Amino acid sequence: MISIKNLNKSYKMGDSSLHVLKGIDLQVEEGELIAIMGSSGSGKSTLLNILGMLDLADEGEYRLDNVLIKDLTETTAANYRNQFLGFVFQSFNLINYKNALENVALPLYYQGLGRKIRQQKALEYLEKVGLKEWATHLPSELSGGQKQRVAIARAMASQPKVLLADEPTGALDSKTSNEVMALIQKINQEGKTILVVTHELDIAHMCKRIVTLKDGVIVEDKKVDQITVDTNVQ
Amino acid sequence: MFNRDRWQEIFQTIRKNRLRTFLSGFTVALGIFIFIVLFGFGNGLKNSFEQFFLDDATNTLWVYPGLTSKPYRGYKANRRIEFENNDLKAVKDNFNFFLEGITPRISRNITVSYKGESDNYQTRGVAPSHQYVEKTIMMKGRFLHQNDIEYQKKVVVIGRLVAEDLFKDENPIGKFLELGSSAFKVIGVFQDQSGDREERLIYMPYTTRQLLEKNSDKIDNFIVSFRPEIGYASAMAFERQLRLFLKERKSIDPRDNNGIRIRNVADQLKQNQKFARVLQIIVTFVGLGTLIAGIIGISNIMVFVVKERTKELGVRKALGATPKSVIAMVLQESIFITTLSGIFGMLSGIALLTNIQDQLERFFIIDPYIDTLTATLATLLLILFGGIAGYIPAKRAASIKPIVALRDE
Repeated sequence: MISIKNLNKSYKMGDSSLHVLKGIDLQVEEGELIAIMGSSGSGKSTLLNILGMLDLADEGEYRLDNVLIKDLTETTAANYRNQFLGFVFQSFNLINYKNALENVALPLYYQGLGRKIRQQKALEYLEKVGLKEWATHLPSELSGGQKQRVAIARAMASQPKVLLADEPTGALDSKTSNEVMALIQKINQEGKTILVVTHELDIAHMCKRIVTLKDGVIVEDKKVDQITVDTNVQ
Repeated sequence: MFNRDRWQEIFQTIRKNRLRTFLSGFTVALGIFIFIVLFGFGNGLKNSFEQFFLDDATNTLWVYPGLTSKPYRGYKANRRIEFENNDLKAVKDNFNFFLEGITPRISRNITVSYKGESDNYQTRGVAPSHQYVEKTIMMKGRFLHQNDIEYQKKVVVIGRLVAEDLFKDENPIGKFLELGSSAFKVIGVFQDQSGDREERLIYMPYTTRQLLEKNSDKIDNFIVSFRPEIGYASAMAFERQLRLFLKERKSIDPRDNNGIRIRNVADQLKQNQKFARVLQIIVTFVGLGTLIAGIIGISNIMVFVVKERTKELGVRKALGATPKSVIAMVLQESIFITTLSGIFGMLSGIALLTNIQDQLERFFIIDPYIDTLTATLATLLLILFGGIAGYIPAKRAASIKPIVALRDE
């Protein structure tokens, strides 16, 4: 699904430059649930941003579903993001003046779907994350966990090939973190490829594979026995 | 532009961000409103100026006698100058080339009565060309004729209000009025644009007035109208020559400024037109300043609005919004708001001007107005700049990488 080879990225800081990613190679198969771990400054978020076409690599090859991602204009990057990728952010990034349903429907609007279909699909995905009754509520009326579930529904609504989650539980307490991870596991079980950036070990162990970054290189890449979260136990 | 979904997006943003919408709309509406009101007031001032001169012909010289201040040719100073009928004739004979008309004026207050109704009115003994000088408009009957002058007829032309006061609903033409102890036949009723005072006057042949005063040949003053086509410079020359001629005739020292006074309406008008023009320039300048202030205001708000939305625009981009659609959305929203509020400001400004009419007359503002072209142009200008002011920050926001926009503070 994802294939990257020799990925390099540096940021210019005045005269000096900061080499963040130093030749990353990574293969991701369809249906994987991967945790990208590392302390802050290890380059894990930069990697995710490049995978998400929110940022560009300086060097290296990136293929997504056998499409070479290279020399993107802003417009084609926007179209690829819309078709291939779903994002979940640490701070949810819901649009605060739109209710849950409208937030979920937004990527569908950019896909050019009709209003009726958008509403119907958005409601379907809200139901999937268990928030159908909250469809008309504004983000400010939702709890942190609910917000993140709306964000996941929004990411899923455009039926992306890959779901990218950047510290999805970073702003949540452990109980709601588990709820969100349970949802992510459920979506993964339905066959979606998911990459989760995290610095928490217990969250990482809820995934099937852990890739550890340190100072811009992959230091460890291992499959793990997934800890399935059962929210009912908690 | 006519995408229903995008309009829905825009209406939602407008509805959900009332303060922002109100602020930008208010700035535009206020800017255009103030511009229109100021510009209208400027025009109102100009109207006042024009109205001062509207009711009188402007190609006239008003000649008044005075007291001499210098001894000359054996006469002492402080001699009272008086005009007589033969002075009129001499002016007529000597300045035939410049002359259009000449009329004396002899003003007397007198009690006038008709069928028991009576009141005090000012009568003026004049010649037929006086009608032109005062721009007297005949409502009924006719003005004085040369015949009336020659035969010293006892006829009067009365003002609209005199007719109302004395005759009520009766038709005054052909009726006889008592002026002092003599009966005068009413031959005409006139109106005058300069208001009530002028419409309480009674005109009679100046020869008749002189007849009543023991057949004297004295006249109070006289008004000369010159041919308009001679131009401003010739008019000034005519004034100088007339002054010299009269001084010579009346044995007044040429350096004496007090024996004869001449009021040149053309010259006064020119001075006032100059003043009005300067006023117009000032008003335009202030109006432009207001417009520029409005433009700066809307630009500031647009920068702020886009800044505030940076994160939202980043989210939209992450979800697949192209830079073009981001710019279009911001721009369309700002143009929509500025257009609507611009038109609102324009219409309320025009409505205010229309309602004022003559309520501010004591501030010399009469019938303030703004022509549709200027109003529309100013509004369009503000909308255009509102659009440009929205476009620049929107373009910048659209080109920010979503990752920068989404970065947590």
